[in-house]
Amino acid sequence: MTDLADLTIARAASGLRTGEFTAADLLEAVMRRATMTEAQLHAYLTLDHEGAATAAEEADRAFAAGQDHGLLQGIPIALKDNMCTRGVETTASSKILSGWVPPYDATAVARLRAAGAVITGKTNMDEFAMGSSTENSAFGETRNPWDTDRVPGGSSGGSAVAVAAGSAFGAFGSDTGGSIRQPAALTGVVGMKPTYGLVSRYGLIAFASSLDQIGPFARTVEDVVLLLEAVAGFDALDSTSIDEPTPGFGDALRTGVEGVRVGVVTELMGEGIDPEVRAAVQATVDRLADAGAAVGEVSLPSSEHALSAYYLIAPAECSSNLARFDGVRYGHRSSIEGTTEDMMSHSRAEGFGPEVIRRILLGTYALSAGYYDAFYGQAQKVRTLVRRDFEEAYADYDVLVSPTSPTTAFPVGERAQDPLAMYLSDVCTIPSNLSGDPSISVPVGVDADGLPVGFQIMAPALGEQVLFQVAAEVERLVDFQDRARLATSDEVKP
Amino acid sequence: MPVDIDIAKVAKLARIALTDDELDQYGHQLEDILEHAERVQALPTEGIEPTSHPMPMVNGFRRDEVGECLDPDSFLSQAPDTRDGQFRVPRILGE
Repeated sequence: MTDLADLTIARAASGLRTGEFTAADLLEAVMRRATMTEAQLHAYLTLDHEGAATAAEEADRAFAAGQDHGLLQGIPIALKDNMCTRGVETTASSKILSGWVPPYDATAVARLRAAGAVITGKTNMDEFAMGSSTENSAFGETRNPWDTDRVPGGSSGGSAVAVAAGSAFGAFGSDTGGSIRQPAALTGVVGMKPTYGLVSRYGLIAFASSLDQIGPFARTVEDVVLLLEAVAGFDALDSTSIDEPTPGFGDALRTGVEGVRVGVVTELMGEGIDPEVRAAVQATVDRLADAGAAVGEVSLPSSEHALSAYYLIAPAECSSNLARFDGVRYGHRSSIEGTTEDMMSHSRAEGFGPEVIRRILLGTYALSAGYYDAFYGQAQKVRTLVRRDFEEAYADYDVLVSPTSPTTAFPVGERAQDPLAMYLSDVCTIPSNLSGDPSISVPVGVDADGLPVGFQIMAPALGEQVLFQVAAEVERLVDFQDRARLATSDEVKP
Repeated sequence: MPVDIDIAKVAKLARIALTDDELDQYGHQLEDILEHAERVQALPTEGIEPTSHPMPMVNGFRRDEVGECLDPDSFLSQAPDTRDGQFRVPRILGE
């Protein structure tokens, strides 16, 4: 018999309704899996045993009373530790917020609770979402369940690993430059960044506000759709929230790709992309062509400058957003003697990790008098060029495709001392953040080391329908059945 | 083109107290990153409008109505130091 922890959300939702098992059974299965894997993986910072048990009881009582709040009712879901959860410690993996308990829920969290989801806990991440490996956590790194000597990607590495290892059925993360899609690719799960403004950012600890977007992780495209539908839609508490009705996305999953125009991005298939990754992506493109898609090559000439623009825009916004951590209203306060300004400067030096300090300094410099036009102003113009490239490409194509990450999971420590090499991990994912468009990563194979390869699909703003349509067909054509070693080993399988 | 940064001034602006060794290390790293970032300056952007926000949007408005507020204790209890329902800080002025 299959361990319950390995079921998809859709399958678990159906079993809950036929009485095959209860929400308490599902929670027990993921908590048992967490007990078996956490010592090696460290996907979670906090496992909320008590809160989750209460939520599971409530879900079971609702089922017994004939109340159904949707397909997430009774499903165990993990949350990245930068999403505020009322009454549950939220640190964004930073020492500066150690011990902080939010007095309110993020809108996405409130919607999940209202849908009856069971929140298992808070997942590890790069501090304030700055990083691509989950090595920058102040509380220790997360390891990849496919090979524990390797990173899971980041910054939402803990959420990706919880889903890959079976210690959650689904999870949420945030994506500023690839922080959902890249760890999804490196851990063999599906991860999606919605259109900017589709999911409220209220209660998400801000990194770069014009780029940040909350999105789901799951083991299938259908499950990702279920998770997104539960949190998407207008929220008056987020001034950048899109004020339009959100359609359901489920119908898109069964329509195939006959006649869909698929553009392969030339610049993201060449130099710097690992040959095995490129081969797996090309094989997937060939399958799409065989299934009736109209495949062509398309150029995004500005994409080679997107990375440089991103590493000016994101630090600039972060230097401004993280000014609020000053030891006054919450978080760490230095015990140094002196003025308020001394207290603030020392609290920040003691509380922030090296990557966060590096980016605050970079952003402060890029925004300072005399350099603003040369760096920040110019980067914003490059952002316009990137958007134009996409607009031109979408005149000829319905979706664009590429690898999600230039390589598969890299060894722990390999890029930790080389910020530039780490930044290059995001070269394929950053353009969609600059343009604000939706993008998804779907696993399509493994390399010679048995490590998963992610296939990225990009669509125009609010093009979630066609994005899911192509993603579901890729999933069907590739039929990726491999599972992470730590989710299939003898200790774990009953 | 090599970039020369007054890193001590940047750290002061950012309100982060760093040692001389740290300043030196971050200064070199920033120079490397900015050398890479400088590539954006080579791009022809005359007449290009900057994009500050990915979606074309105007300000959202709502009615100015009194809503539900957080209980002050729920956040004051999280602060490092408070007195009489207010956040408390060390002295503002130096000696």
